[in-house]
Amino acid sequence: MPASLAVRIFRGIAVVFGVVTLTFLLLQLAPGDPVLRLLGATATPEQIEAQRHALGFDRPVLLQYVEWLGRALHGDLGTSIVLGRPALQVLGQAWPATALLVSLSILLSYPIGILIGVVQGTTRKPRLDTALSVLSVALNALPGYWLGLMLVIVCTYWLRMLPAFGAAGLDADFLSTWDALQDRLRHLILPLTTLTLIGAGGVARFMRGTIRDVSGAPFVVSARAKGLPPSRVIVYHLLRNGLGPVLTLLGLSLPALFSGAVFVEAIFAWPGVGQVLVQAVLARDFPVVMAATTVGAFLVVLGGMLADLGAWWADPRLRTRHAES
Amino acid sequence: MPSRELRLSEGAGIRGGLALLMLMAAVAVFAPYLSGVPVAQPDVVGTRFLPPFATDLHRVWHFLGTDRLGRDVWTRLAFGARVSLSVGLIAVAVSTVIGVSTGVFAGVFGGRPAHLLMGFTDFALAIPRVVLLLLLAALWRPSAILVVCVLGLTGWMSIARLVYGETRALMARPFVEGAIALGAGRRRLIVRHILPNQIRSVLAAATLGVGQAITLEAGLSFLGLGVQPPAASWGNMIASGRDTVVNAPWVGAAPGIALVLVVVACTLVAEGLEER
Repeated sequence: MPASLAVRIFRGIAVVFGVVTLTFLLLQLAPGDPVLRLLGATATPEQIEAQRHALGFDRPVLLQYVEWLGRALHGDLGTSIVLGRPALQVLGQAWPATALLVSLSILLSYPIGILIGVVQGTTRKPRLDTALSVLSVALNALPGYWLGLMLVIVCTYWLRMLPAFGAAGLDADFLSTWDALQDRLRHLILPLTTLTLIGAGGVARFMRGTIRDVSGAPFVVSARAKGLPPSRVIVYHLLRNGLGPVLTLLGLSLPALFSGAVFVEAIFAWPGVGQVLVQAVLARDFPVVMAATTVGAFLVVLGGMLADLGAWWADPRLRTRHAES
Repeated sequence: MPSRELRLSEGAGIRGGLALLMLMAAVAVFAPYLSGVPVAQPDVVGTRFLPPFATDLHRVWHFLGTDRLGRDVWTRLAFGARVSLSVGLIAVAVSTVIGVSTGVFAGVFGGRPAHLLMGFTDFALAIPRVVLLLLLAALWRPSAILVVCVLGLTGWMSIARLVYGETRALMARPFVEGAIALGAGRRRLIVRHILPNQIRSVLAAATLGVGQAITLEAGLSFLGLGVQPPAASWGNMIASGRDTVVNAPWVGAAPGIALVLVVVACTLVAEGLEER
């Protein structure tokens, strides 16, 4: 494992580096000048030139790239052109909202999905299996932005129960601690439900397949044959074996979760990283786009590695296989 | 062993999925003939925001109602199906061609080229797709062609991995060894032995990809980065439905349901293909 871990870390660094380089190149290639947007239509050519010079955009691309890399390695990801604040600070303010949303949806969607998958994988009733299949396939097929919209129609406009957007009400600052918490939770429900329902569908599909694959294995047959109660077989033999693949799935689905959050944040005006990214791209705020992609790629790679480590921990066979090779 | 009933239901899945997809394709192809209502209404005030199954002042019946410009939602849905389905199909065709050639080439030749190609594939796979989509789609002027290119160029990696794995497995099989021993060249090997043996799994992956591509296209259009209005695509229809969500929820609901149906149909067909 140590050797393969080193390889993985090296690969991870290469991926982050590649993403950063690609983003930088795309930003250079793309039309649209951040300086023009910043100064507006009334700026004189001299002012534009001065601003370009101040931001360093008049220097060769390669030089800009190397300088950016050098500063990034020292933890300085530049200053937002639009907001005038450090890009990392901009991200840092948006990050907790996204992290809260994504981590809570993982915590909810995985148990729900695993439960559905286990029921499907172990049931003897084909009808139940088919019904749950239709449910999970449909859930997984739901586009987040559309499901969010439908939830808003039902819960906000028809039932008038939940707020449609934002992370807190307009009066949040004047509420008592308890009321403020309640306000927060009420704002969280719709975006969280959207992400969780979609995620649960995918996990259920995956878990059903895994359980089916393992169900025919000799050790499961013998566990059943020696008279273990079905619940014990499920927990100790089927679930235990499904854990590794599910952890791998978790790692692989991190980019999708992040992207799902981009759409869900857009529809619920959730003040997270996705919103920052979309707005920065539209405003050609290069430093913020670069910072968001860098941090995003880094976290995705890190998550993938942690998931692999988790799978390695959950499945002893992976360890022996590594020891043999 | 799956029971008889189970096998029947799975066959039903693939048949149902195919039927649904063909129905959608028919709607897209015959869009102009399916609705007697022109997309643009001359009398906007008299026809806007009609609920489904309503008849307007001119005695025109609107199956799915009208939107804020008095446009017939069903007509737009049918024309939007053209955009959404063709964008999905072409994008997947692009990614399938790239993915299959990469996978087969790496699998048949092996060695250093395979190492390089699959290394690059892994790298591309690790790039968050939506970030790339957002960047590409936002930085250039949005259009259907750009969306097709972007989706095609970001969707080939998983197919390449799949095909590479299967090609390696096939290369070790006796009949391939036999073909090589009989003096079959690489071209014949690929065309006669490698490709025909994995059509089913490639088809399954591609079908699944069509559903994903259509959803992503709609997502980009929804964010205003894809197909631009007034051309109808399911994504920008949902986006315009968001603006009128209070007085006309059907405007956004209809294209979303169509989208979900297509993706479910694709999933059913793909799973049916895989499980045989």
